[in-house]
Amino acid sequence: MPAPQCASCHAARAALRRPRSGQALCGACFCTAFEAEVLHTVLAGRLLPPGAVVAVGASGGKDSTVLAHVLRELAPRLGVSLRLVAVDEGISGYRDAALAAVRRQAARWDLPLTVVAYADLFGGWTMDAVARSTAGSGRSRACCTFCGVLRRRALEEGARLVGATHIVTGHNADDMAETVLMNFLRGDAGRLARGGGLGSRGEGGALPRCRPLQLASQKEVVLYAHFRRLDYFSEECVYAPEAFRGHARHLLKLLEAARPSAALDLVHSAERLALAPAARPPPPGACSRCGALASRALCQACALLDGLQRGRPRLAIGKGGGARDEEGPPPPPPSDPGSAPGPADGECGAACKERCE
Amino acid sequence: MCQVGEDYGDPAPEGPPPPRPGRELKCVKCSEGLPVVVIRAGDAFCRDCFRAFYIHKFRAVLGKNRLIFPGEKVLLAWSGGPSSSSMVWQVLEGLSRDSAKRLRFVPGVVYVDGTCPVVSTRRLRRVAPRTWPYPILGSPVVMIPFCLHLEGAACGQSREDRAKTLSDVKRILQTLGFPWHVVTLEEVFALPPSVLRCSAPEPVGTVGTYKVAVDSFLQQQHTLEAEGVGDSPSSAQGEAQPSQPCTQDPQDLAEPPPAAQTEALSRLFDSVKTLTAKEELLQTLRTHLILHVARTHGYSKVMTGDSCTRLAIKLMTSLALGRGAFLAWDTGFSDERHGDVVVVRPMREHTLKEVAFYNRLFAVPSVFTPAIDTKAPEKASIHRLMEGFLLRLQAQFPSTVSTVYRTSEKLVKAPRDGCASGPRCLLCMCSLDVDTADSATAFGAQTQDFSQMQPPTPLAEAGAPTVPCRSAEVGRAPNCCQGTRPCRREDSRARVIKQLCYGCRVNMKDVPSLDPLPPYILAEAQLRSQRLSPEIQEYLLENSDDKAHTSGSGAWGPPEQEGKDGQTVCDCINKNIFN
Repeated sequence: MPAPQCASCHAARAALRRPRSGQALCGACFCTAFEAEVLHTVLAGRLLPPGAVVAVGASGGKDSTVLAHVLRELAPRLGVSLRLVAVDEGISGYRDAALAAVRRQAARWDLPLTVVAYADLFGGWTMDAVARSTAGSGRSRACCTFCGVLRRRALEEGARLVGATHIVTGHNADDMAETVLMNFLRGDAGRLARGGGLGSRGEGGALPRCRPLQLASQKEVVLYAHFRRLDYFSEECVYAPEAFRGHARHLLKLLEAARPSAALDLVHSAERLALAPAARPPPPGACSRCGALASRALCQACALLDGLQRGRPRLAIGKGGGARDEEGPPPPPPSDPGSAPGPADGECGAACKERCE
Repeated sequence: MCQVGEDYGDPAPEGPPPPRPGRELKCVKCSEGLPVVVIRAGDAFCRDCFRAFYIHKFRAVLGKNRLIFPGEKVLLAWSGGPSSSSMVWQVLEGLSRDSAKRLRFVPGVVYVDGTCPVVSTRRLRRVAPRTWPYPILGSPVVMIPFCLHLEGAACGQSREDRAKTLSDVKRILQTLGFPWHVVTLEEVFALPPSVLRCSAPEPVGTVGTYKVAVDSFLQQQHTLEAEGVGDSPSSAQGEAQPSQPCTQDPQDLAEPPPAAQTEALSRLFDSVKTLTAKEELLQTLRTHLILHVARTHGYSKVMTGDSCTRLAIKLMTSLALGRGAFLAWDTGFSDERHGDVVVVRPMREHTLKEVAFYNRLFAVPSVFTPAIDTKAPEKASIHRLMEGFLLRLQAQFPSTVSTVYRTSEKLVKAPRDGCASGPRCLLCMCSLDVDTADSATAFGAQTQDFSQMQPPTPLAEAGAPTVPCRSAEVGRAPNCCQGTRPCRREDSRARVIKQLCYGCRVNMKDVPSLDPLPPYILAEAQLRSQRLSPEIQEYLLENSDDKAHTSGSGAWGPPEQEGKDGQTVCDCINKNIFN
């Protein structure tokens, strides 16, 4: 059965159907529409003012590749200049290949690229070293917890190195939908209160961040990359199967089968969540060690690194009672089972314990 | 087990559980009795302590919130399922206690008979609708542990089955001694449009007023007892009512509702395309019906039997349906969106497991009715999906449900921007959460379309089968068809859609035509839209279709393609690409 005509230009044969609306469009019109939508998001949300120096968090994956490509197309209209910042977490077998893709892209697009490595920034701690350090206690390695916090820190550092005024990341609607599901399942009221917008304005000296692709669904991002013939790295991180986000991702896939607009419905829900003032995070101050944005005495990155250095990697994970803020006694030997806080400990405090089944 | 910061790679804590001495185990509370049930992890209760714990939780929830004043008329919404049966039983027990601890409100019970012959999913179409397997109740006690969807409409019940259910229901209701009302779902076709209006609430008392009210009530009781009226007047009040049930709504039980209404109801549900939208519509209609009953008979509170597990599932489902703005109303203890009638959820701290054990141990009568999604496949609706997902996750991480429930307690009933008073949704009666001005949102992204470079010609629209004469663009006056086809139908649809919140709009996308809807909805929509522009009404000429349109109205574009479940990211787009 021949494909229908493009619903936009009525000239070419349609090459795809848009997942969102079922419209039949040719490749060129779809890409134009996609770019127009991203431009609209940036303008309507006032995300990138003219004259901004924008650091694009480039991982080599499809989202950041599409983001960089689209922003490069739109840069003249927006009046911004772009810099690529790639983060090397030190995951062997994964990150090196991804970085190679980023380097190719930088060369093709003629954009300046800066690579910041965990090993340089965080005193030799690569993700592989973190994984080795947290392994062996019988519980999961919490790699994504470490990587997420440290990567945001690294991006900030990289952006400052290149003199950027804004940071953009390639999170799409599906990512945001998974995040809100995950935060509800984990009971993370603080993150729920913080999330929902298109980015953060940048408080306390941190650079403003935004997510121009937040209203584009993942399928459309992939379609765009396909029609623009973009070269990206598509393998999954080595540590991804352990993450809790996998549950949320699986749930989202099921929901999208039942209702195609599920991702955007969840994004709408996230935008409109109203949490009690007590649940919201406290107003941010500065980390006592590195000066970055922090809601406690130490920023999360410093706290995690502190735990790693002391041989107690889970120190800063969970609501452990204030130990992270002190210098504390030397850690007990790792063979002592009492050192690793288990689920039955008072790590959470009485309120949780009462309710746990 | 703290959720935030906890790691989810492990399904269970490490190491073997501590050895449990079998015979020496005693109830954790009284340390004397032999435990019969284990609640939570490792808490074994004996029968009496479990009963005390269960009843205490019920009373504590009511007492903590102090919303139900003494002498108030409260309607108990009973669906026949385990949670609401347990709730009704608790109220019954609470009224029969000694005077100090007696519950002080005046209850009534409503049962919505929603057993209409509906064939909901494609799978069920293969089953002959009139021979739906129906479990025969041999005894008054029906024990169904972990049953979740037992409320409301059934599919394909024959008239005989329906009459049998009703007689069982009536038998149980008569033993209660409260005034009871049985309404059929078909009565939605007779509802007045005033049901959808938020009446002014009665002056709400603060804590101080509550204490004053309680004290004066107790004083009144003592005075009356001293005068020798007999037993406390509240029980006399309660017992005066049983004479009513005999005369109450006899026509409901004598004959089934008119066939035309049943026909109309099944036509309505058949026209809805997805099970998700059907369930939501059913829930909405049932709420309106119960609201109407409450208002007619002077009840100021309605109690529903939502348990902790059910509320956690409802929260996640509402999130996925786009109702994030209204979670506090949908899952909180009290729901005041209707104004004069407040919906209260006293069972919200009881898990379904506790309810099932209690009903089993203390022989609480309940009635099983198949629901609209009984035996539907798991992927059929978002409600089913979420239920399956949460229960599976709960098996892996036992604190999932309680964590979600705890998070729901942190939600507040305030819109994020702070403007509370505004137009209300036609169906769910919450303040509208769509802002047509702000287009950098999920709603804005779905209502704008940047792929249309020029206005569509009628030829381009010929391919869209279910959209008679509506352009894909929203916000531009439809200049398609140029009057070759009437636009009145789209007018009324656009008018209704404009008055709905985001979640209800998404549901309405699955309802291709608004005609089968009960007339009160369409009438109220008409009234509201006319109220919006009283000044210009006199200047509008009849048959001026163009002028009736306003920007930003109308449903979204052509119906979406059903997304297929792809395994990898690249697979998922292959279906979108033409070869």
